[in-house]
Amino acid sequence: MIDSKTLDSNFKFLIASEPGGENIKKCFSCGTCTAGCPVREVTDRYNPRKIIRMALFGMKKEVLSSQFIWLCSSCYTCYERCPQDVRIPELMNAIKNIAAREGYLPPAMKIQLDLLSSFGRLLEITDFENEKRKESNLPPVQGKTEDIKKIFKKIGLSS
Amino acid sequence: MKKKPEEKAPLSQYLLYLGCTVPVRALQYEISARKVAERLGIQFVDIPEFSCCGYPIKSVNHYAYLLMAARNLALAEKRGLPVCTLCSSCGGSLAEAAHEIEEDEALRKRINEDLSTGLGMQYEGKVPVLHFTRVLQQAAGTKRIAEQVKVDLSSLRFAPHYGCHYTKPSVLFNRADDPENPRSLDELIEATGAQSIPYEDKLACCGGGVLAIDEQIALAMAQRKLEHVRTQQADAMVLICPFCSIMYESNQRKIEKAFGTEYKLPVLFYPQLLGLALGLEPDELGLKMNRVKTTELVKKIQGRSD
Repeated sequence: MIDSKTLDSNFKFLIASEPGGENIKKCFSCGTCTAGCPVREVTDRYNPRKIIRMALFGMKKEVLSSQFIWLCSSCYTCYERCPQDVRIPELMNAIKNIAAREGYLPPAMKIQLDLLSSFGRLLEITDFENEKRKESNLPPVQGKTEDIKKIFKKIGLSS
Repeated sequence: MKKKPEEKAPLSQYLLYLGCTVPVRALQYEISARKVAERLGIQFVDIPEFSCCGYPIKSVNHYAYLLMAARNLALAEKRGLPVCTLCSSCGGSLAEAAHEIEEDEALRKRINEDLSTGLGMQYEGKVPVLHFTRVLQQAAGTKRIAEQVKVDLSSLRFAPHYGCHYTKPSVLFNRADDPENPRSLDELIEATGAQSIPYEDKLACCGGGVLAIDEQIALAMAQRKLEHVRTQQADAMVLICPFCSIMYESNQRKIEKAFGTEYKLPVLFYPQLLGLALGLEPDELGLKMNRVKTTELVKKIQGRSD
């Protein structure tokens, strides 16, 4: 049961103002996205049609706090097939951006953010890696850059 | 573009973009890509300062993603050469950022303000980004590749795995491949003389995108494809993205344990296969770094070539 008093009718506008979320209101729930979704194929915990419907209804807290928005694998199958050009993977990212701002960042994403801030890459490159590269006649890679930390700081993104 | 005559000058020059995964977890991809590029007259220039493409934080903060991508693109622009990626996700992510920044003047201004005040850099917005597979297809060409094949691979059957970000969203790549029926990797496999075989759900995603969030889901997605490929009795799977390789190769044992089955399916990066066809030694192509043993496969190939 959905209690209409808990719905936030502005949620869809908030999403539509976020990069990638612009076309959410075009969705007419045909289910093409869900029918071809490879994640949906292995779990019923992810259902893009349902998530979009919930967002359009205004179920802001349920959507933002759920784990399912993070289960999109960004394969873009639905992006190509959607007859309404809803661009679902980008839409999911728009919702995830809002969720992150509202404090619903999954621990795994927080770890990635920390790594990027510290090293500028997801996998640290130490002398060990560069030594291994040398043995294979590969040129060294800069293991660490402060640039990304600076970028994050500049735009107020804290990890 | 005019076709260049066969001469000593390189066929084309690219900035090699490695990203996060390749230089740490897929050295065999980098080693083999550099080798076959050299053979085909494609010259790579390295920029050690390249960082992560920004893709991992696209879901957390879209603007931070664009800035990270723009930093790499700015480094590339300074050299005046196109970017060539080995990772499909890096390729898609950089191409998308380049596209978005080029289309939106206000965004470009904002990006440049932050790049210049923060890092003393700037980006005009004119850097082409290409995946290595597309470079092979377009700059080298399947015909030219086929002419240089030295080893008979005609009895071998390979299952191509396109992955996602190499073809989609297709608008980013001028629909170089039909996203519902891509052909480029099949054609490149066939150019080596080997067979490229069809199998169920050939275009399905490897699951890598959700690995960090939910391992079980990711492994289940990868397992489905391993199963489909096994049904067709492929000699190996051939792919072009380090993250897909993590799912099908690095995690193959884990999948076998979780699902109580055995695949022992070799997984090659396309440049490894191409290198073998061009007559390069397995050691020159990093084959011993492959987690799933390729010994039988190599035996089959070398047995034929003698």
